[in-house]
Amino acid sequence: MRVMAQMAMVMNLDKCIGCHTCSVTCKQAWTNRSGTEYIWFNNVETRPGLGYPRTYEDQEKWKGGWELNQRGRLVLKAGGRFKNLMTIFSNPKLPSIGEYYEPWTYDYSTLTDAPAQEHTPVARPKSLISGKNMKIEWSANWDDDLGGSTETAHRDPMLAKIADKVKFEFEQTFMFYLPRICEHCLNPSCAASCPSGAIYKREEDGIVLVDQDKCRGWRKCVSGCPYKKIYFNHRTGKAEKCTFCFPRIEVGLPTVCAETCVGRLRYIGLMLYDADKVLEAASTEDDHGLYEAQRDVFLDPFDPEVVREAEKAGIARDWIDAAQRSPIHALINTFRVALPLHPEYRTMPMVWYIPPLSPVVDVVAETGEDAEDTGNLFAAIDALRIPVEYLAELFTAGDVVPVDAVLKKLAAMRCYMRDINMGRDPDASIPASVGMTEEEMYDMYRLLAIAKYDERYVIPAAHAEQAHSLEELSTECSVSEYGGGQQDLFGEGSGVPTPIAVENFQMLQDRQTSDSLAGPDNKGARINLLNWDGKGSPPGLFPSKGPES
Amino acid sequence: MNDFLFVVVPYICLTVFVVGHLWRYRYDKFGWTTRSSQLYENRLLRIGSPLFHFGMLGVVGGHVFGLLIPQSWTDAVGISEQAYHVAAVGGGLLAGVATVVGLAILVYRRRTVGPVFSATTVMDKVMYAFLIVAILLGMWNTVAGSILTIGGEYNYREGVSVWFRSFLALNPDGDLMGAAPLGFQLHALVAFGLFALWPFTRLVHVFSAPLGYLTRPYIVYRSRDDDQLGSHRPRRGWDRVG
Repeated sequence: MRVMAQMAMVMNLDKCIGCHTCSVTCKQAWTNRSGTEYIWFNNVETRPGLGYPRTYEDQEKWKGGWELNQRGRLVLKAGGRFKNLMTIFSNPKLPSIGEYYEPWTYDYSTLTDAPAQEHTPVARPKSLISGKNMKIEWSANWDDDLGGSTETAHRDPMLAKIADKVKFEFEQTFMFYLPRICEHCLNPSCAASCPSGAIYKREEDGIVLVDQDKCRGWRKCVSGCPYKKIYFNHRTGKAEKCTFCFPRIEVGLPTVCAETCVGRLRYIGLMLYDADKVLEAASTEDDHGLYEAQRDVFLDPFDPEVVREAEKAGIARDWIDAAQRSPIHALINTFRVALPLHPEYRTMPMVWYIPPLSPVVDVVAETGEDAEDTGNLFAAIDALRIPVEYLAELFTAGDVVPVDAVLKKLAAMRCYMRDINMGRDPDASIPASVGMTEEEMYDMYRLLAIAKYDERYVIPAAHAEQAHSLEELSTECSVSEYGGGQQDLFGEGSGVPTPIAVENFQMLQDRQTSDSLAGPDNKGARINLLNWDGKGSPPGLFPSKGPES
Repeated sequence: MNDFLFVVVPYICLTVFVVGHLWRYRYDKFGWTTRSSQLYENRLLRIGSPLFHFGMLGVVGGHVFGLLIPQSWTDAVGISEQAYHVAAVGGGLLAGVATVVGLAILVYRRRTVGPVFSATTVMDKVMYAFLIVAILLGMWNTVAGSILTIGGEYNYREGVSVWFRSFLALNPDGDLMGAAPLGFQLHALVAFGLFALWPFTRLVHVFSAPLGYLTRPYIVYRSRDDDQLGSHRPRRGWDRVG
């Protein structure tokens, strides 16, 4: 047994209202630089829908993740090491910018600079790639709230797996949001695809990061990741990805997306797992067995032997405590209501989801029946095969049994808690019908409905005695030390790197005081309203104050 | 004059090449990348880039063979001058044509595709100029010198190659190069110019050819507190504690 700790996240999809706050705050924190305009480390998709980038889940097309070869061995779906190197000069599976979307801004200055004329001046969209006028045709959430889905939703790769006859009914009755970040997989195929070995998994907390000094821009990780959560910064020529906000996690704070989540649907905590069993689990023959196989890789943090082995492996006592209090462990293994996203990619993802019951509840409520009655809900879960099958395609490689079980637990909790809230006697037969005790049911309710900040986020800080080596602090250099000297000698972003916090600070400042809109003449400074924090006045946003006096 | 052009200048260029790379790697690891523009445009790149790169691998291999292996060695193994000539010209033409066609596609793409053009730096343009001239001169030497034999026969393995080896052995003989046809002289000079530019352009990615990928484990683990953390040493006056 080789115990390792992994920082993991669970999202309760029933609570997601699709407000995109997580995406916007993440973008503001991490991808507000030029070259990353099109990049959303966190994005929220409406399902059914095409996702971002378009149809990324169609691995027959994109060849991301792993597969079993004929001898039952785990290999990269894109091909072996040699093939990987032979296609290095032109990645055949790299999504084009159009599959993500061509980022743009608006020519706001014409609104105020235009001379008196018959027609109202219009701010035209300008491409942030070419700087030219462009026609906006797609974006990261173009099919938000099923917008335009009669045109596009049939291309949803998950929907394509469900029989044709049910599609129409499905589109009319079923919609939910799926926030996505990097999965920080136990068996990351991006790292395995990287020719330079620049992508690594941190031993301490399992966060997957790109070493920006070692990345050579071969772009293999972009196509290797089945979730398409590694992006190519087209200005610096390096790969970038969700960092699980490691500078925050290291000091015990939740990620920006979790911190700002309006629905409070995200949970963050540790999972202990047996690193020796990962490969075997990822090689499980039957796709349907992958969910259970991954659960088997996780270790019970209360098991004395596990604790002993963990301590031997150098995991500090407070981290083991945190693993015991981890809401992730509770949701995945105790209550078993969280499911992995696309286990069939065999990367052993570590951001899990509680599937939404609300579509089922909505259908029952629309019929006028009691939507908080176990009988009605259970019957609806059984009857509404379409949403259940769709969820199964997302979370269990198409196996409806675990999804059924989770939805019934959620339905039972709803019914059981209603009796309590209405002041009636709780009905012990309801938890029993899903194999839980009353106490367990109440605990689950507490965790899902009213868990406070410190229960949702159980994040042990990195150890202070290692503080000098925390990445954000490792430079041990004051902010004023940065920014001098000759930068960008060999193209944008070259030169001595600056810590992320300093870089963000300077980029924002530069952008707010720059003169150009999207001009290639000054690539480091571009105006994007997303990046404007209300301070300073980007030129073009406000009318000029007239000639200098 | 021969000593200056074919001894002093090459050594200066080679020094810049070596020291430049060391300096660049020390100070600009972050800028050390292919600067790929595939995200902007893929249709032309898909054809042009593999053609150019594989062609270039052939060209480099041909140069290594032709410049570093003395004629006496191939004679000793029993390869006749005629057989060597046919193989060299044949292989050289094949690799050269692939390189030139690939390069033409890539240059056309770089000039006509807006986002690619605007992502082109000044160093890129200078480097392209040297690269194109060097490749065209090389092709001229192969086609005009070895096939059409314009300006008489010239066996570079008795001239240029010997000069190159003497140059590497730090016992240079500039007159050998001075006796070579103008095409070869210019080709060598432009190539050395390119070497001098090399460390300051995107060409540095050549030295990142990821051969280690074939043998390393798939998943890389790295500890926070291990020495690899950030590949930069702290700046002068800022020592790490502990």
